[in-house]
Amino acid sequence: MDIVGNVLPQVLKDEATEDKGEMARLQSFVGAIAVADLVKTTLGPKGMDKILKPTGPGQEMTHITVTNDGATILKSMYVENPAAKILIEISKTQDEEVGDGTTTVAVLAGELLREGEKLIQKRIHPQHVIAGWRIARDVALKRLRDISSENDIKSQEFHNDLVKIARTTLSSKLITQDRDYFADLCVKAVLRLKGSSNLDYIQIIKLPGGTIRDSYLDDGFILKKQITIGCKRRIENAKILVANTAMDYDKIKIYGTKVKVNSMDKVAEIEAAEKEKMKNKVDKILKYQPTVFVNRQLIYNYPEQLLADSNITVIEHADFEGMERVAAATGAEILSTFDAPERRDQVLGHCDLIEEIMIGEEKMIKFTGCKKNEACTIVLRGSSIHILDEVDRSIHDVLCVLTTTVKNRRVVWGGGNSEMQMAAACEEEAKKVQGKQALAIEAYARALRQIPTIICDNGGYDSAELIQNFNVELQKGNLTSGLNMNDGTIGDMQELGVKECMRVKEQAVMAASEAAELIMRVDDIVKCAPRKRDRA
Amino acid sequence: MSLAFDDYGRPYIILRDQGQKKRMKGLEAYKSNILAAKAIANTLQSSLGPKGMDKMLVSPDGDVSVTNDGATIVEKMEIQHPTAKLLVELSQSQDAEIGDGTTGVVVLAGKLLEQALTLLDKGIHPLKISDGFDRACDVAIKHLEQIAEEIDIQANDHEALIQAACTALGSKVVSKRKRELGKIAVTAVLDVADLTRKDVNLDLIKIQTKTGGSVEDTRLISGILIDKDMSHPQMQKEVTDAKICLLTCPFEPPKPKTKHNINISNAEDYNKLYQQEQQYFIDMVKLVKNSGANIALCQWGFDDEANHLLLQNDLPAVRWVSGTDVELIAMATGARIIPRFQEITPEKLGKAGSIKEVQFGTSNERMLVIENCQCTKAVTILIRGGSQMIVDEAKRSIHDAICVIRNLIKDNRIVYGGGSAELACALQVLQYADEVSSVEQYAVRSFADALEGIPSCLADNCGLNPITSVAQAKSRQLSEKNPRIGIDCMDLGTTDMKEQRIYETLSSKKQQIQLATQVVKMILKIDDVIAPDDY
Repeated sequence: MDIVGNVLPQVLKDEATEDKGEMARLQSFVGAIAVADLVKTTLGPKGMDKILKPTGPGQEMTHITVTNDGATILKSMYVENPAAKILIEISKTQDEEVGDGTTTVAVLAGELLREGEKLIQKRIHPQHVIAGWRIARDVALKRLRDISSENDIKSQEFHNDLVKIARTTLSSKLITQDRDYFADLCVKAVLRLKGSSNLDYIQIIKLPGGTIRDSYLDDGFILKKQITIGCKRRIENAKILVANTAMDYDKIKIYGTKVKVNSMDKVAEIEAAEKEKMKNKVDKILKYQPTVFVNRQLIYNYPEQLLADSNITVIEHADFEGMERVAAATGAEILSTFDAPERRDQVLGHCDLIEEIMIGEEKMIKFTGCKKNEACTIVLRGSSIHILDEVDRSIHDVLCVLTTTVKNRRVVWGGGNSEMQMAAACEEEAKKVQGKQALAIEAYARALRQIPTIICDNGGYDSAELIQNFNVELQKGNLTSGLNMNDGTIGDMQELGVKECMRVKEQAVMAASEAAELIMRVDDIVKCAPRKRDRA
Repeated sequence: MSLAFDDYGRPYIILRDQGQKKRMKGLEAYKSNILAAKAIANTLQSSLGPKGMDKMLVSPDGDVSVTNDGATIVEKMEIQHPTAKLLVELSQSQDAEIGDGTTGVVVLAGKLLEQALTLLDKGIHPLKISDGFDRACDVAIKHLEQIAEEIDIQANDHEALIQAACTALGSKVVSKRKRELGKIAVTAVLDVADLTRKDVNLDLIKIQTKTGGSVEDTRLISGILIDKDMSHPQMQKEVTDAKICLLTCPFEPPKPKTKHNINISNAEDYNKLYQQEQQYFIDMVKLVKNSGANIALCQWGFDDEANHLLLQNDLPAVRWVSGTDVELIAMATGARIIPRFQEITPEKLGKAGSIKEVQFGTSNERMLVIENCQCTKAVTILIRGGSQMIVDEAKRSIHDAICVIRNLIKDNRIVYGGGSAELACALQVLQYADEVSSVEQYAVRSFADALEGIPSCLADNCGLNPITSVAQAKSRQLSEKNPRIGIDCMDLGTTDMKEQRIYETLSSKKQQIQLATQVVKMILKIDDVIAPDDY
């Protein structure tokens, strides 16, 4: 019923709901802040991990995940609040775009909205808040770009930068104890790519057993497959033929074919023909004179035996990814037809040594001295699969950050330095701006400053005091100061060697502002009736 | 009355199952309809204008979208009330016809219905009301045409077009970059426009979205971007002076549509069939190669063997290209779509300057860019943004801007925004009202009030006092004889919309008023609603 007493007709579908104005805004603030608060404790070197437990029946659902990675946590959460969904979405995008800072982006957006809520309570129109945020964002990004520095890609300094960035990224992860070791390992792996950003060439193999310290980077390339029984286990100077072809029975691809025979003799004939066809195929392959044959698909016993008889080492069932990697590393062409043996020099891949090795309990095939020396493998060891999964995610984060840095090359000081500087820039700007927007700019600065504050809080330090001291240091002109999270003081980041990738921060600030603005602009939430699922 | 008695006193049923149906008649039906329609208009009202707010919509599957676009909001609202649905269609027809002003049209209809409600309370017959609205609408349209100005779209580096695009983008979440995006939209439209025929084929502008980066990173690619990569990982990633063979048949042995069986009864047949199959692949690749093509784009999949043969013959190929992309590529490169391998001839190939693979972000997503196409200049706008919701909203906004620019190229007459055109029409209608001697006079006057509702709604959304600002603007329009005085939404210190350069197309404004009036007339003619009870 409306105010006058007219009975309002039902406009929307039965279970659909509509919330307007304050109610709608309240909902989005609550949702977004709840999500930010949830992941906030994982931020920084002293951040804590979360256990994710899937719900639902069945054995397969009992696999739990222990992680510190914001994107992983948020991705696995089931939320109904639409604003919370937006935060999860930006975290995912951050993961895809730069690979790290996934927690930061959600927390920053949440803090912005927390500040925004206060402004709304002071009866400031959301559009004014947004106008202020836009100014603040541009100022912050400008400052971020100004304070970043760049080193030549070939120089030793740049190499040092990469190691420092890797260390900083790793410091918030499970393997923080061994971060020097892993930082070195990751930098070496990324530098092998020679500027390309294709992470496909870096393979990560996880094997439970041993300790984290037993992990290592292998120059060569490791394929998690076995050499077929009866073949040589060690091939020097190998010529590799990579194929994607059916080696079981070659089915006829012409549509609607059927075999119909009227006597047993005919069956035998056709069987022979089939066998002959396979033999022909093998003969054709042999014309290429390879010493190793890698196929994506299964190889049946008969062709396998034929190949083994000709002294060729056979690797079957290498799946798409493995096949493409082998091809890329050894410079082979992936073949599906075998009618042009004269091109053998072009199509065969080459590597110095192929051997079967044992890592832990498992047999694997190692290719060393490949033609294109870009591919490499990181073998991760650890006491349980949960640890390995988390290490894998951490290493992936580091690799992403490093490749982003190689592309962008700009670095900033870590330890909350960039956030504090951006906040300072916003505050300076706020003094110059006329109108209500200035309040929003100040709010933006406060939200930025929340990031180092939360890092302090997570470490159990007195954040109020530390942040104030930090601010004073910056005002004094010590532009490289930052949080020293080891002993809870303000330190010089240059001495501590804490660096971060500028692009990651930039993307986080941009995405968080965009999301906060998007949520701020909403004054009406319409929820459709949930789709009914038929219970089977 | 669903039950009647015949001459012998036997009951018979006139309307079946009357008890199970909901029925509303007369004034009750009018009011119910109007209230339902108004509920929709009320929801949209706060989205109007540069300071309008957005709506968050949650789909039945829980997907979230945030938008400011009227047509999208009502489409996703799952409205079930029959009269309210008329407003949904109203918004959609504005979207289909003009592409912009989808919020305005619904708000105007809502205001008109509000006026109709008071008139009904006064006891005026609905048909008289709709007659009055009709007359007033004619007067308003005529006046719009009088105050419209022709602008030179070419002048000053197409400044007028950019301004119009900015007006359309001003109310959206992307408004902080409206000028950059406006320029992108204008360049895109001008690239594909046929200025002599004053026509724009919007199919030639492809809008591709990709999350990541920020809205600023949105750019115009003078070519076609397709979200596919080469069929074989080792094919060359770049082709210059491409001669494109556009196929809609798979690289597989043919599958006749008639049901058939091939029976093999001896080994000889078996071998023959195998050889024939091999020959198929060789022939197919040969036919493509011989035509001189150096890249093949195919709507369907490839067999492994064919795929390798293509690689071996240095013929890069792309599979599973979507149907719309195939058509776009055909238009842009002048390629003929070839449905059979036998029909490939050199004349049917399309030409493009270059085709290359580009990569984004850390995940392995690659896209193909086709540049410098031979025929028309097809363009792609690649939209970036922090999340899927932003990207989607940016896409809708740019679509609106493109539509506005197209309308201006078709018809370069504009009116000024900020509610000024509506106010001018309202004044004209009000003047006309006094000349009407019958009951319709009241309806005509109410029409003017409804028109005033738009500027007052704008002012309300911007945090201004709606009554004072509308009154001020009205009196200034009258005293200065200047139809360009409107509401100063952006707080720029002037109410002359010509100075603020808020341009709207005449066609869009006209369409808004006409469509809204039509729908209101239709709603006013309904005096009986019969619906199943559980509806």
